[in-house]
Amino acid sequence: MKLVSAKLLPSPSLSRAPQAPDANAHVTSQTCLDTGVDGGYYTPASHLLEVEGLRILLDCPIDLSALTAFSAVPLGASSSSGDAEDLIRGVPYYRSPTAVAAAKAGRIDAVLVSSATGLLGLPFLTRLPGFANTKVYVTEVAARMGSLMMRELVEMHREFVRCYGPDRDQSPVWMEGEKLKKLMSVLQKITTEDEENNNLAALVSLYSLDNIEECMQKTQYVKYGEEVCFNGMLMLKASSSGLELGNCVWTIKGPRASMTYLPSSIFVSAHALDFDYSSLKGNDVILFSDFSSLNGMYDDNKKMGEHIVDETDILLASNSVFRDDGMDEDETIKFLCSNDDIAEEIERISFICSCIIDAINSGGSVLIPIGRIGIILLLLEHMSETLHSSNMKSQVPIFMISETAEEIITFTNALPEWLCKSRQEKLFSCEPLFGHVELLKEGKLSLFSHLYSKGLLAAWKEPCIVFCPHWSLRHGPAVHLLHRWRADKRCLLVLEQGVDAELTLKPFMPLAIQVLGCSFLSGIKVGKIDPLLGLLKPKLILFPEGQKSLCPATDKQPWSFLYYSKGKTIEVPNMREEFEVRMTTEVAFGLQPRQLDKTTAVARLKAKLLLSNGQYVLAAAKSELDRSERHLLHWGTVDASCIPSALQEKGIVCSFSADADYSAPSDRERVISITSPGEALVKVTSERTTIYCDDEETAERVYDAFRSICNGI
Amino acid sequence: MAIECLVLGAGQEVGKSCVVVTFGGGKRVMFDCGMHMGHRDSRRYPDFDRLLADGAADYTAAISCVVITHFHLDHIGALPYFTEVCGYHGPVYMTYPTKALAPLMLEDYRKVMVDHRGEEEQYSYEDILRCMRKVIPLDLKQTIQVDKDLSIRAYYAGHVLGAAMIYAKVGDAAIVYTGDYNMTPDRHLGAAQIDRLKLDLLITESTYAKTVRDSKHAREREFLKAVHKCVSGGGKVLIPAFALGRAQELCILLDDYWERMNLKIPIYFSAGLTIQANMYYKMLIGWTSQKIKNSYTVHNPFDFKHVCHFERSFINNPGPCVLFATPGMISGGFSLEVFKKWAPSEKNLVTLPGYCVAGTIGHKLMSGKPTRIDIDKDTHIDVRCQIHQLSFSPHTDSKGIMDLTEFLSPSHVILVHGEKPQMAFLKERIESELGMQCCYPANNETVSIPTSQNLKINATEKFIVSFCMDETENDPQKQNLNFGGDMPQGCRTEGVAEGVLLMEKSKTPKILREDELLHSLGMETHFVHFEPLHPSSIEVKHTGESAVQQSSLEHLDCE
Ligand SMILES: [Zn+2]
Repeated sequence: MKLVSAKLLPSPSLSRAPQAPDANAHVTSQTCLDTGVDGGYYTPASHLLEVEGLRILLDCPIDLSALTAFSAVPLGASSSSGDAEDLIRGVPYYRSPTAVAAAKAGRIDAVLVSSATGLLGLPFLTRLPGFANTKVYVTEVAARMGSLMMRELVEMHREFVRCYGPDRDQSPVWMEGEKLKKLMSVLQKITTEDEENNNLAALVSLYSLDNIEECMQKTQYVKYGEEVCFNGMLMLKASSSGLELGNCVWTIKGPRASMTYLPSSIFVSAHALDFDYSSLKGNDVILFSDFSSLNGMYDDNKKMGEHIVDETDILLASNSVFRDDGMDEDETIKFLCSNDDIAEEIERISFICSCIIDAINSGGSVLIPIGRIGIILLLLEHMSETLHSSNMKSQVPIFMISETAEEIITFTNALPEWLCKSRQEKLFSCEPLFGHVELLKEGKLSLFSHLYSKGLLAAWKEPCIVFCPHWSLRHGPAVHLLHRWRADKRCLLVLEQGVDAELTLKPFMPLAIQVLGCSFLSGIKVGKIDPLLGLLKPKLILFPEGQKSLCPATDKQPWSFLYYSKGKTIEVPNMREEFEVRMTTEVAFGLQPRQLDKTTAVARLKAKLLLSNGQYVLAAAKSELDRSERHLLHWGTVDASCIPSALQEKGIVCSFSADADYSAPSDRERVISITSPGEALVKVTSERTTIYCDDEETAERVYDAFRSICNGI
Repeated sequence: MAIECLVLGAGQEVGKSCVVVTFGGGKRVMFDCGMHMGHRDSRRYPDFDRLLADGAADYTAAISCVVITHFHLDHIGALPYFTEVCGYHGPVYMTYPTKALAPLMLEDYRKVMVDHRGEEEQYSYEDILRCMRKVIPLDLKQTIQVDKDLSIRAYYAGHVLGAAMIYAKVGDAAIVYTGDYNMTPDRHLGAAQIDRLKLDLLITESTYAKTVRDSKHAREREFLKAVHKCVSGGGKVLIPAFALGRAQELCILLDDYWERMNLKIPIYFSAGLTIQANMYYKMLIGWTSQKIKNSYTVHNPFDFKHVCHFERSFINNPGPCVLFATPGMISGGFSLEVFKKWAPSEKNLVTLPGYCVAGTIGHKLMSGKPTRIDIDKDTHIDVRCQIHQLSFSPHTDSKGIMDLTEFLSPSHVILVHGEKPQMAFLKERIESELGMQCCYPANNETVSIPTSQNLKINATEKFIVSFCMDETENDPQKQNLNFGGDMPQGCRTEGVAEGVLLMEKSKTPKILREDELLHSLGMETHFVHFEPLHPSSIEVKHTGESAVQQSSLEHLDCE
């Protein structure tokens, strides 16, 4: 396969928008807008795709790590805010490089969202006037989760506004001077790339509830495996990715190529429906967008003292098994879908649970500001088992304090179609889908929307276990509770690794509370990438330049790689030169083929060209095809010696003349003069025949005779 | 090419729905596998033998898959028999709720048959469980690839929780089998919803082929008034119903009414079914109406405030009450037991659904106003109680059938699940008003439907590009239609295209733009011009060299 070399375009964050490389609208191009943060659970990568002239944005996250540059929401005038002198005190701005870059692109025809977190930056874009007609596609569950998360974010943000007052002008005070430098240095820390001043350009003020509403109105909800058609041209299909409830991998099928957009995926999950890789088989191109290997999970797990198989071992093992030509599909599937992933995840969960029990037993409370819904559900489920078996004297209350707690908890017991097979079985045997249903019924778990909710005070009892937002520790009930417990060394804070812990905890220093940093499986394990590709058999893989070493290209692979990096556009070569078209039998029957030689025939065709579900169809046109047998296109030379007999066959009387009055071309012009049935003159050269005649009927007859000796259609 | 449609059940009758459609390439789909509740002999099940070629015995080889539309027994009742007794072990598909709820229905009825009627067991409880374990659950709108060539898709049908209309496609041949459906939303379910699909055949139910219904609200009020009148006069209300479906709808209605009217009279549910069923309904809330979905986190309508459990001993208790008892149509079991006790008092009320299968007591009560019903030759019941027939039904009326048929615009329509005279009436309407061919085969008849097949060809980029219209003319908002648009989903017209089809031996035919053809053949153009012989006698339009060929075209075209 020949590849067009990667073409580098200026970063989309600069003033020039990414454009199709040339006027040809049918070239596919891909631009990575952002590679995300921390391996992409909370801030997945995003891309801009141009397919058959349509511009498609893949995911639009918000980067909340920028929040760490701001000081936590103040608790009141008297409260000290720890070692937070150089953090910005003000209503925070948010970072969404994707929304900003996409806005600069000027036009987006559709947005494909692969996760709830991939939705969180979208209102930044859809609130702009130029994006009124942008269509958004997202799974029902990711949409529901995403809009709950956005609503929660807006509610928490209100605390800042209540404290500092609303923004009055476009650039707040901190946008100047010393504070700005501080912000820049923080942002530099977060984004390791050399983006010069672009960090600041990506900062935007938060959207409103109305903006969210507006965004959701542009959204079409899909199910896994549902085929939807965009603009007649592209067929879109979401398949489960296994990472989280409602997360998906997209198949984008155009008339000439099919592409897989592959964000972080997990083969077998303890809660979400497994990665449906088989639905991706045979797609031409894979846009590999799983950055989970960057989240440094394995280092962290070693710190936690867990036993983890060395990643390089897996890679080596897989090399020896799968690099051979006789790759066994069944074995590959067995390797990919082994239960290791779940076993490790459960091991991590139970380790966290044991730490929680230890803290409780010592009289301390536990604060869990983790944002992953799947992890929260698994922790709750595991905790109910642990609490049952640990024979604790007094009941330890579990609180979930969030604007959206009630909805999330009810909702997650009502989506069996989106869960892993083992949980679907619970539906069929009429058991609750998750353990939290039981906890709620027993009164061990209580849900409150705010810290100041009615009833929370009465129910409050320490030690307790609290799940609440937000993992940034800048807003939400977590800020208040951490202030309450930070000096108590019996208490425990469960944090997710990946966020800059030092920076995150800065406003709460000094800390006596124990901090447990933990990581979770967030995508395809490195050793599984190559076997997966072998199973999917793509022709071309777009792979992140920065992770090149994870999946080295070899001669044996039947696919090729194109490497992409942030802000650069690459041109994807056409998979097929020609379009596949369907022709209805009605049209086929109307054809009048003309045999040219033994192996070739041609037929003129006039039909209605329809584009339906990504498929071109030639259907019978309402106006009947012109049935007259006149050929409009002729080719080759006319054998002059055949002309007299051809004319005679049609009853035409003629004579040849060698009239040289006209300046005849060098290749001998033949002139035939016709006397009956009408008067006419025919001049024939090797490339041209001219019929001079004033009488339609005669002209028609002469043409008829001529047609029998000339190739034409 | 043709689609063969064998009606094994619900042909010119209601009961044991089962239609087997054979596509090209030997793909064969069985839609529904129901039982007939009015028969107790072999007519109870579809005649599966007709699926087998002479001498063959393997049902698995004879059928590509079975798809069940919903949990009603006349659609699923024969499935355990087919899989466990006949030995079919190929794929069986049904929606998540149907897979969850069907075992309750099947076991409920099995018990009635065996325990109360003392009939011979057709299949055991274990058979039901084994059968259900083989079922592959479907979500709505998911395209499921049964095998390389056959794909199926479920659409929301209303009717009961989890009811689906099924789209099946093999190559270019596509059909929809509706199962039972409702075109208007009810208390807990939404209306049927489907995309505009290109179909060769629509197989639709026609229970109410001739009936047009007015406002549902008035009919609900009528029911509530009848119930209220009975209980305030100290009477007992018997509502025979199957455990799932109608029972939940009426319960929501009554519970809401009791709340508003501040009534204290007990509403009972027989057996432990209510609790279990309501647990299912909570997990499957995504399959209910939009209204419930929007509000269930605040108030779950399946948390009934006024409904309590019924003990057998309550039958003889004095005082008014409302009782939901299974099975529906008073076809036996507990509802019959209660009916025997309550029917002789004129204070009491029995409500019956709009449709009862022939052979059931419900059916007898609805035909005329009998004062005496013979159960068998020794037992008879004096019927003095009031009979209220519910005039709302989870089935579409004839207007709904016409609307759906017009919307889908299939080439052919087959009517099933209805009564012959009404079906004949509807067939006339479909043929005359919609101009589609329509038939209503009897059981065990086969109908052959011709299908069109598209040819696969290639087209050059130039050909496609030159006939593409400006994309901005297509409003993407209009692409996703349910009811009311005029183009199939995701369809776009590009206009009339002209080109030349090049057919070369052992190559896919290719369509090119005219100017590409000669290059592809390696030939040079031979220009043909028409000129006047005596220029003065005719108005000359073109003389320029570049326009010459054009002029010849026009000349020929415009005669
Ligand atoms: Zn039904």
